[in-house]
Amino acid sequence: MGAGHAHVLYRESSSRVHRLPPEVKIVAMVLFTVAVVATPREAYWAFGGYALLVGAVAALARVGPRWLLGRALIELPFVLFAFALPFFGTGERVEVAGLSLSVDGLHGAWNILAKGTLGVLASLLLAATTTTRDLIVGLDRLRCPQILTQIATFMLRYLDVLVGEARRMRVARVSRGDDPRFLWQLRGFAAGVGALFLRAFERGERVYLAMVSRGYTGRMPAVWQGAGAATAGQWAAAATVPVIAASIAAVALVLT
Amino acid sequence: MHISNGIIDGPVAAVFAALALAVLTFCVLRGRRDLDDRLAPMAGLVAAFIFAVQMLNFPIFTAGVSGHLLGGALAAMLVGPWVGALCVAVVLVVQALVFGDGGVAMLGLNITNMALLGTAAAYVLIALLLRVLPRTPTGLAVTAFVSALVSVVVASQGFVLQYWLGGTTDLGGNLTGLAGTMAGVHLLIGIGEGLITATTVVTVAKVRPDLVYALRALKPAVPAPAVPVAGGAR
Repeated sequence: MGAGHAHVLYRESSSRVHRLPPEVKIVAMVLFTVAVVATPREAYWAFGGYALLVGAVAALARVGPRWLLGRALIELPFVLFAFALPFFGTGERVEVAGLSLSVDGLHGAWNILAKGTLGVLASLLLAATTTTRDLIVGLDRLRCPQILTQIATFMLRYLDVLVGEARRMRVARVSRGDDPRFLWQLRGFAAGVGALFLRAFERGERVYLAMVSRGYTGRMPAVWQGAGAATAGQWAAAATVPVIAASIAAVALVLT
Repeated sequence: MHISNGIIDGPVAAVFAALALAVLTFCVLRGRRDLDDRLAPMAGLVAAFIFAVQMLNFPIFTAGVSGHLLGGALAAMLVGPWVGALCVAVVLVVQALVFGDGGVAMLGLNITNMALLGTAAAYVLIALLLRVLPRTPTGLAVTAFVSALVSVVVASQGFVLQYWLGGTTDLGGNLTGLAGTMAGVHLLIGIGEGLITATTVVTVAKVRPDLVYALRALKPAVPAPAVPVAGGAR
């Protein structure tokens, strides 16, 4: 449990994007996504512009396209909905390869695929360049209520506790003659889920009390020490991305 | 259940974002009163647990929507409605920001469905059923099962309502079909969720009844079971 300070999506590097303070990156990423969603779906060129912008930031952050696109497959179950729309949509219909498809549905599917993919790419870039600790520090500096950052801190820490505890229980089961294979693991897991929860809680409670006795008051030391907060220059540097995106969205809105 | 960018149009998403923000602010104010040294690590663990179970995704090919366990009832049961809603909301925010599950611009919609509607429905049922049913492990298990089942279905119908208000593609008469498919599939998911919630809550209640918020909040008059005083005559 000594590790666990970064998450699986983090890409270790010291690029310019990595070195930006987390709060700046969070704000830029959220504004970029809002601009993308606000763009009318018929402005196809605008989405090309956004994709170029994402590509530029990825290159600056030294995140490879293969890693980015591979991880973007995570959105697949969420956009399956898009593929059903051309069949169930109403209104004008066109024939494509012998299938009668709704024009409105096709537009809707494009809309979900384009906006969904760009949103996923943007959040992957944030994940690749920000550790979980930095993410929480960033949220705290953005005046996120302390109760929320506290829950988030424990959540990210306890994920490792849960996984470790589950592994230990599995080893204990196997060493007592259980022979779990594929789906049959579920039965053993389901039977032990309550015990897993309790064991993880008691371990987590001890960790929490140890933290409290060492002076933890609910905030990360980096925040109340006030070091490393974003400077005006860093805000300006990161603002280029949402500003370009917002201009593309504005032009698209005027043109359509 | 995670809505990705572009499924619901911008204005409706903005309205729900404002609604979610207002309700969450209220939850923060009420939750601060609940969060003590015992509840703080519990809230974190509940959030981590929900995070882990939400990774199990079942794509629903007939409707093209994905379904998964939600955890709202578990949160309401163990840490109360206010902190519980915050736990689920934190899970959703982190998933949207870092893992790309559910669009950032759709966060208001997702929080309204899963964190607010789901947890609220579960807690109303928990409060009701714990008063009606006998105070036995079976009664507690039934409460957990039913509230989890209903909360999942209610949350799925939140999506149908939002699609009706601001879906980007007009489905015409197929909206009832969407409602039916969502309800049917989430009924099945709800059974799984109910079983997990019931086993977890009953185990915790047996060993550490002091950790179950619903039991603490609903019977203040009943004296706590005799716990041997630590460090007594020994």
